[in-house]
Amino acid sequence: MDTLDLNGFLRSALAPQRFWWLIGGVIGLLVLATLIGTLLARSRPGPVVENLNARIRAWWVMAAVLLVCFLAGKIATLVLYGLLSFLALREFLTLTPTRRGDHLSLCLCFYIAIPLQYFLIGIEWYGLFVMCIPVYGFLLLPAVAALQGDTTGFLERTTKVQWGLMLTVYCLSHAPALMLLKIPGYEGQNLLLLFYLLLVVQLSDVLQYVFGKLFGRTLLAPQVSPSKTVEGLVGGGLAATAVGAALWWATPFSPLESAGLSALIVLCGFLGGLALSAVKRSLGAKDWGEMIEGHGGVLDRLDSVVFAAPVFFHVVRYGFQ
Amino acid sequence: MIDALLVAASKALVGAYPRWIGCAPEPRQRIYFANHASHLDTVALWSALPPALRRQTRPVAARDYWGKGALRRLVAGRGLNAVLIDRNREQPGADPLAPLREALERGDSLILFPEGTRNPEPELLPFRAGLYHLVAQYPQVEPVAVHLDNARRSMPKGSLLPVPLICTVRFGAPLPLLPGEDKAGYLERAREAVRALAPATTW
Repeated sequence: MDTLDLNGFLRSALAPQRFWWLIGGVIGLLVLATLIGTLLARSRPGPVVENLNARIRAWWVMAAVLLVCFLAGKIATLVLYGLLSFLALREFLTLTPTRRGDHLSLCLCFYIAIPLQYFLIGIEWYGLFVMCIPVYGFLLLPAVAALQGDTTGFLERTTKVQWGLMLTVYCLSHAPALMLLKIPGYEGQNLLLLFYLLLVVQLSDVLQYVFGKLFGRTLLAPQVSPSKTVEGLVGGGLAATAVGAALWWATPFSPLESAGLSALIVLCGFLGGLALSAVKRSLGAKDWGEMIEGHGGVLDRLDSVVFAAPVFFHVVRYGFQ
Repeated sequence: MIDALLVAASKALVGAYPRWIGCAPEPRQRIYFANHASHLDTVALWSALPPALRRQTRPVAARDYWGKGALRRLVAGRGLNAVLIDRNREQPGADPLAPLREALERGDSLILFPEGTRNPEPELLPFRAGLYHLVAQYPQVEPVAVHLDNARRSMPKGSLLPVPLICTVRFGAPLPLLPGEDKAGYLERAREAVRALAPATTW
């Protein structure tokens, strides 16, 4: 009992320090990437390196935005994710055909569902947060659309609106919902868990891209994505898992548990990227948008988070709470 | 103040991203003519212009709609600095294009919707003759075709709230009158120029 309490005390006393270690690591990585990018631009200029440097510049901005929100705390983080959901849903629906009869359901998605979902996380009402969109939203939206009286493509239209809402609002909101978890001995440090999730997901994306560009030979799903290769997935996935395992000291997990959870995050992130690529192709687009230079749209950057966040959230909730 | 609010709101809700495809955002006197489906069109096109050009560019709006009510008058007048036009010819004999000519003679650029009304269908309506008369009378003013994406879906006629969808504003090449070209020929060519800017959709 004594040791447990001491352990908990030590962990929360060390939390700010661990947070700055993580920040320092991210800044170190970005400095390294910027140096490599600058050298490559000198020695081998071309469109691939140009895109790489645009991506690195965008990473600096994204890391800065995240850092400011983490420092500002819970409400700022929820507002940021609400905004990301807004931008991602806007990108999704811009590419999705809708008709006049969908106008009211779309207004409900943007102006009611997004604020409500993040408000429920803010007041820590877990039961309604996990149910609101998949149960009440699921039933309400088609009913509202039916009242408009337009039956042309009704099932396709409602399906697409539901899909967009589930992905960009419901699934994405599970990332900041990590703040809801009550893990014994880890009180007050849940933002580190969110940091961990984002770091492993995004690092996995970056490393898969780098391994793919360096060693990629075998296309994994050529019809769905021209850039995903077996070599990229295996090399990048293993490297990201190793980094995630090495970050166990920032989490409530043991090194082995941290490795397993990182592998799970990597796998889910990969499947998310793949599934959303297929959705994108079926809508006839290459990128979700053009908002982030070099990366495409907001949803191009979030596709893996959208799949990894709910799985990570529930595994940690059942396993560690 | 009101104009800054309008620009901020339209950028936040619909993006209003410009794509300068056939011309550059230069400080030249122009008539931008575009497809019209929604009240968002005017604000989106106007917001897509760089601030310096925006100050010189005045949307043309229907007096029977935008001249009514304090809020509409505020948006059209103080916000957009619109040129109000009498599209129903309430005073027979008066020239409905007179306020437009006045604005062009002062050196302003114009935003014009030659379909004449908000069109609920994707297919463009026939263009009204006003565009031709202005282009014929002011050959030094560049007519530029513009296509607006998604505004119809975002805020269809009769709806109060816009759905946030990205509205891309595509600017085409200048379309001067050809030597000897008649009214019907020019208006059809102008309509085709707007249609050609529309992005290919798979649905």
